[in-house]
Amino acid sequence: MRRRLAGVALPLLLLAATLVACSDGADLTLYSGRAEFQVKPILEQFEKATGLKVSARYGASAELAAQIAEEGSGSRADVFWAQDAGALGSVDKLGLFGPVPQDVVSVVDRKYRAPADNWTGVSGRARVVVYDPRKVPAAELPASVFDLTQPKWKGRIAIAPTNGSFQSFVTAMLIAEGEPRTRSWLQGIKANDPRNYPSNDLIVKAANDGHVDLGLVNHYYLFQLQSEIGPDKTMARNHYTAGTDPGALVNVAGVGILKSSKKQADAARFVEYLLSEPAQRHFAEVNFEYPLRPGVPTAAGLPPLQAGQGPPINLGDLADLDHTLDLLRSTGLL
Amino acid sequence: MALAGGVALAALLPVAYLAIRAGGGGWSAVADTLFLERTARLLARSLGLAAAVSGASAVIGVALAWLTVRCDLPGRRVWRVLVALPLAVPSYVAAFAFVSNVPDLAGFVPTFVVLTLLSYPYVFLPVAAVLEHVDPALEDAARSLGDGPLTAFRRVTLRQIRPAAATGSLLVCLYVLSDFGAVSILRFDSFTRVIYQSYQSSFDRRPAAILGCLLLVFTLGILVAEARTRGRARYYGGSRGARRQPSPVGLGRWRWPALAAPVVIVGLALAAPLGTALRWLAESVQASVDLGRIGRAGGATVVASGLGAAVTALGAVPVGLLAARSRSRLAGIIERSAFVGHALPGIVVALSLVFFTVRFMNPLYQRLPVLIFAYGVLFLPLAVSSVYGSALQAPPALDEVARSLGKRPIEVFRTITAPLIAPGVGAGAALVFLTCLKELPATLLLGPTGFETLATRVWSATQAGAYGDAALPALLLVAAGVLPTWALTRRGRTTAT
Repeated sequence: MRRRLAGVALPLLLLAATLVACSDGADLTLYSGRAEFQVKPILEQFEKATGLKVSARYGASAELAAQIAEEGSGSRADVFWAQDAGALGSVDKLGLFGPVPQDVVSVVDRKYRAPADNWTGVSGRARVVVYDPRKVPAAELPASVFDLTQPKWKGRIAIAPTNGSFQSFVTAMLIAEGEPRTRSWLQGIKANDPRNYPSNDLIVKAANDGHVDLGLVNHYYLFQLQSEIGPDKTMARNHYTAGTDPGALVNVAGVGILKSSKKQADAARFVEYLLSEPAQRHFAEVNFEYPLRPGVPTAAGLPPLQAGQGPPINLGDLADLDHTLDLLRSTGLL
Repeated sequence: MALAGGVALAALLPVAYLAIRAGGGGWSAVADTLFLERTARLLARSLGLAAAVSGASAVIGVALAWLTVRCDLPGRRVWRVLVALPLAVPSYVAAFAFVSNVPDLAGFVPTFVVLTLLSYPYVFLPVAAVLEHVDPALEDAARSLGDGPLTAFRRVTLRQIRPAAATGSLLVCLYVLSDFGAVSILRFDSFTRVIYQSYQSSFDRRPAAILGCLLLVFTLGILVAEARTRGRARYYGGSRGARRQPSPVGLGRWRWPALAAPVVIVGLALAAPLGTALRWLAESVQASVDLGRIGRAGGATVVASGLGAAVTALGAVPVGLLAARSRSRLAGIIERSAFVGHALPGIVVALSLVFFTVRFMNPLYQRLPVLIFAYGVLFLPLAVSSVYGSALQAPPALDEVARSLGKRPIEVFRTITAPLIAPGVGAGAALVFLTCLKELPATLLLGPTGFETLATRVWSATQAGAYGDAALPALLLVAAGVLPTWALTRRGRTTAT
């Protein structure tokens, strides 16, 4: 029994030792709330361009924000790249970010970075209405998300109420339009018997397959579907609501540099690289996101960002989800 | 006792963390969070769900254990392995697969079904182990006095497996209280969901910590209530002569229809989520199968889960033994403390270890040993309950005789106690291994940077919307569970003959 145990334990320990040993030797540590497929190619380009080595930890943005908060000044992270502005805003509120150098962030529109430049957006995504043109003729498309509470949309709308991007959008509505209007909108949507999906991409797929007429999602899922199944099989289309409609919210994925990092200069170089032309082109062309550096074109078929697009709010305030979740619960959507 | 106390203290680290975080801002804030009508309602919902899932798991677990261990079910050895495997399926994967097939699935019933399908093995495994080892002499006596096989099962065997079934159900209950994956995707408004949301929304860790403390209080209540029901019965046999392999119960014309039970359960719990993932793989043109990387993740999973299982099972030995042998109040407290980590959401345990390691063991932070330690804190009760069960079956008289013959305690342990409780330790290790395989929050927060397991691969594929990519690691995850469960059934056979 004992010898058998040693026979199992020894190789395990050896393997464990090699696992521990090979995790070191990076110049920068990145905590990434973005998915690896979106981040890794950029890291490789950055490493090639600068000779610096980056090691990345992946997780959900909110969990990583909580981890950074718990680590405090002992954080292992030099840079935090979050999927949404809310997570960045929350770390900023705890005073754990230092300012990103002016010359690095100044290319980004003020709207897409923190008031004191403690974090900056690097790529954008717009909320859209994805629809099935076979069921919804262009003339019938809603000018605003507020039109979706009309009875004619009963049973035709899909939402992803547990998804962070839907919740951010409701938060934006709450900040821009106030509680009474947001509550009555949520009640109206609830009265229209929405179909509930666990994620945005499944809504887009359902619209494409004719299962739902329209859905509230981010713009790029349609493009992802298109590159997956090909343009001739992609029936669904994106519809952009106009002007300052909360349905036109542009949220960002962004980065902040940890105040506790001992590699401030390298961290700034990394942020600079994310905002550089090659990286921004990558976000636009491969991820179908909105580049935030002026002059970098959007992907083919994607209308460029409008100057005043989306509700006039401070993106960092999207961290405050409490009220939103209460509303979603009390209206029975969550 | 000292050893057991040390293990229990380690298991209580998350509690210390919660106390520090919750107490940080005065008592009025605590009261504000606690005395909300919603807090009470959610707690009631969570407890209701936990009770329902535990009950259903007890019935399914005992029934399947009886069918696959004691009856002449066709292919019962294969079924014994298969019905244990749903434990390795992450709850969010199963829930996601169900919702993607049936979009509007939500609320109590689907959450109940998914959680039951994934957690009945907590009952099945220990009960099957006991059934395999239980001395059939008592049952034979009942039969010889005129009881039919079913009556004998009810009157004798059921009593024998009661402690195992009860601790198994307790584990299910605690697991359900801590689960986040299924309740969030199936939109069942539970207590854990609120804890997660308070991390996710205001990022204020205080309300989450206060709610965590409340969850702890109720966990302790459940633990105390369960301890009351244990009673003082004796579960070991008379140990005169060797145990005999019990003869299988003939199911007669029910032999084939009875097969429906494991088929339906395994179909729903294993085939449905894995089949869905495979369908995604088949549909996707883009799915990138990086075999080398998945292989490395598989290796890392087996290493981390193996070490986690070994360390946890070793830690469980003093605690389980103490609980089975000593009737002192302190022993009871020590054993119950071991259960605390299992009722807390994984993110809370992970954050508590982030908190302590960064401050007090900084060089070890985000190194493998801390992750293994986290597995121990999270899954200690799985091993403790199993060790406890087998220690109950071992007659303490044997130890006493050896001691009276002048053997030193350490020798007694090595030559008498260890072989007797080995099946329980093995079963506990297997249970921990299966559960470590799918562990996500602690692995993401505490694993070495760049460390990947099959569970994190599945997670990152679903995060990227590349569901097809999740198929292979998910399959491997379940496959990795085959070996320990198979070893368990083998071990049962060799020691019983």
